[in-house]
Amino acid sequence: MMEFPFALLVGLFFAAAVYLMLSKFLVRVLLGVVLLGNGVNLLIFTNGRILREVPPIIPHGHDVPVALTANPLPQALILTAIVISFSFFAFLLVLVYRAYQDLGTDNGNEMRASEPENDPLPPTGY
Amino acid sequence: MAESPADLSAALLMTPVPTADWLVVLPPAWCILAGAVLLMLRKSLHLQAWLAVPALAILVVLDGLLLRHVLANGPVTMVMGRWLPPFGIAFTADLAGVLFALAGAVVALAGAVYALADIDGSARRYGFYPFLLLLMAGVSGAFLTGDVFNLYVWFEVLLIASFGLITLGSEPRQIDGAIKYAFLNLIATTLFLVTTGYLYGIFGTLNMADIAVKAAAGRDSLPLMTLATLYLLAFGMKAAAFPVNFWLPASYHTPRIVVAALFAGLLTKVGIYALLRTLIMLFPVEREELSFVIALAGTATMIVGALGALGNSDIRRVLGYVVISGIGVMLAGLSLGSPGGVGGAIFYALHSMVVMTALYMAAGLVGRLAGSFDLNRLGGLYGRSALFSALSLVLFFAASGLPPFSGFWPKVMVAKAALDIGAWWLVAAVFLTGFLVTIALGRVFALAYWRPAPEPLPATAIPASLLLPLAVLMALTVAFGLFPEALLSTIQAAAQGLSDPSAYIGSVFPGGT
Repeated sequence: MMEFPFALLVGLFFAAAVYLMLSKFLVRVLLGVVLLGNGVNLLIFTNGRILREVPPIIPHGHDVPVALTANPLPQALILTAIVISFSFFAFLLVLVYRAYQDLGTDNGNEMRASEPENDPLPPTGY
Repeated sequence: MAESPADLSAALLMTPVPTADWLVVLPPAWCILAGAVLLMLRKSLHLQAWLAVPALAILVVLDGLLLRHVLANGPVTMVMGRWLPPFGIAFTADLAGVLFALAGAVVALAGAVYALADIDGSARRYGFYPFLLLLMAGVSGAFLTGDVFNLYVWFEVLLIASFGLITLGSEPRQIDGAIKYAFLNLIATTLFLVTTGYLYGIFGTLNMADIAVKAAAGRDSLPLMTLATLYLLAFGMKAAAFPVNFWLPASYHTPRIVVAALFAGLLTKVGIYALLRTLIMLFPVEREELSFVIALAGTATMIVGALGALGNSDIRRVLGYVVISGIGVMLAGLSLGSPGGVGGAIFYALHSMVVMTALYMAAGLVGRLAGSFDLNRLGGLYGRSALFSALSLVLFFAASGLPPFSGFWPKVMVAKAALDIGAWWLVAAVFLTGFLVTIALGRVFALAYWRPAPEPLPATAIPASLLLPLAVLMALTVAFGLFPEALLSTIQAAAQGLSDPSAYIGSVFPGGT
């Protein structure tokens, strides 16, 4: 029953990620997204059921594994997800830095360049 | 191994794939290939456009051939690396997927032609065309894949390409819009991945046909409500459904206009497609349970979109809210779940792909002719070009859902399906939204086109490459508005194929499960 502590750990990751993503500051939000991505990886791993120390290798002369082995598919899925989430992290890091340079803030509440606060209403007549 | 006695035919495909079935993987494969070539030629700025437009024309042809193949033979499956489902990744093209893919390819081709004049040197140097091709790889792959995790991968492909497109130009406004777009979309796809992890834990498979079979068999003992609800949230966020729609009006008016046009046509509809695929095909019973929630979300989305369109003065932001109000109609169709409702949702999505792209293109021309997107300053466009004004008016009517244009029929289908179960308030919301959007877009026409110009407009020429895609897309909406029968019967068959996936499952597992 290794799944239970892992499930708790995933919950902890998610809680920390949500807490960070609720922040005004983009760097914290970004860290929250990274934690969320790692939490998901752990979640997929746990969902594949945890079996220890039996590599999924088929012995010579057999066509199917002879004993119960670790599930290789979640590892393939996680590998894909790691690559994707890491590349997105790199992109977002650059984007956040660029936003800090151009907009002069990393506070989400002050980022109003695309939605100005005093946008005029449309005219009501000619 | 010589002594290997095992019967590999249980796990591997032993016969060669029929040539016609290769069409299933060709759209995404072709886009990746063309995108890679364009990436290598990124220094040859003039060559890029002349390669990208034919490449996308070929994509339209490929999707058209695939549609013909699927119409003739039913859903078609091709497996990767000869591994039979559920072991390998399967691509399954059914009618709904191919219709979406074809409409997406048409929209992308129109966008590429529009970009000939709209995308200048610097944006080309930053790789507009390679990103467009990679975006189309993601979009086509998402519409044609038959594997849930693979769907996630295509979502990420189109997402990273869209990040590249939305930041083209790197103005502060764009950076601001891109931040909101990127974070919220990434969180939505991560939610999708969370759900997919649970789905794998529950079913032990990621193949959609396999899931549909196993869900139907083990409905009583499996926690499917959790999956359906999480998918609704994740894809609802991608589709910009209320209350998770706020990334769209914050970002869609900031990029280059052709990028906004492509996003409005393609991205939210991928979310709608994924909602249809998961909630109608995989979890129909759970969708039934959720139908009131979806209907409420759809109604709120419609009304919020219409009110937003009324309350903004930047025409690009008005259009962003019109996109959202259309998503509400599609959600209403989804919430009904009957063939009429699902068919209406599919029809409205196809209509919205064409019309919203064309509307953003028209907005781009407005900006080019009048030098502004602000309703407080626009005017005199009718005097400047009557032809362009007529094109725009048709598109405004089509987006409002007025007959005889293509937005009318799906609204009728959704309204009729809602009346069949006595959901009069949903019908009222659909018509109230149509009314409000008519006012919002009619006001755009009255102010920007009819009103005399505050100051004389500069005599800017309209390049044919900007007007042509607009005219073609407008012709499509008129044609499908006047002669909807052929499309209607195809869409009804597509909705039928989603509600009753036996043909889809039979195509993935020819020998039965």
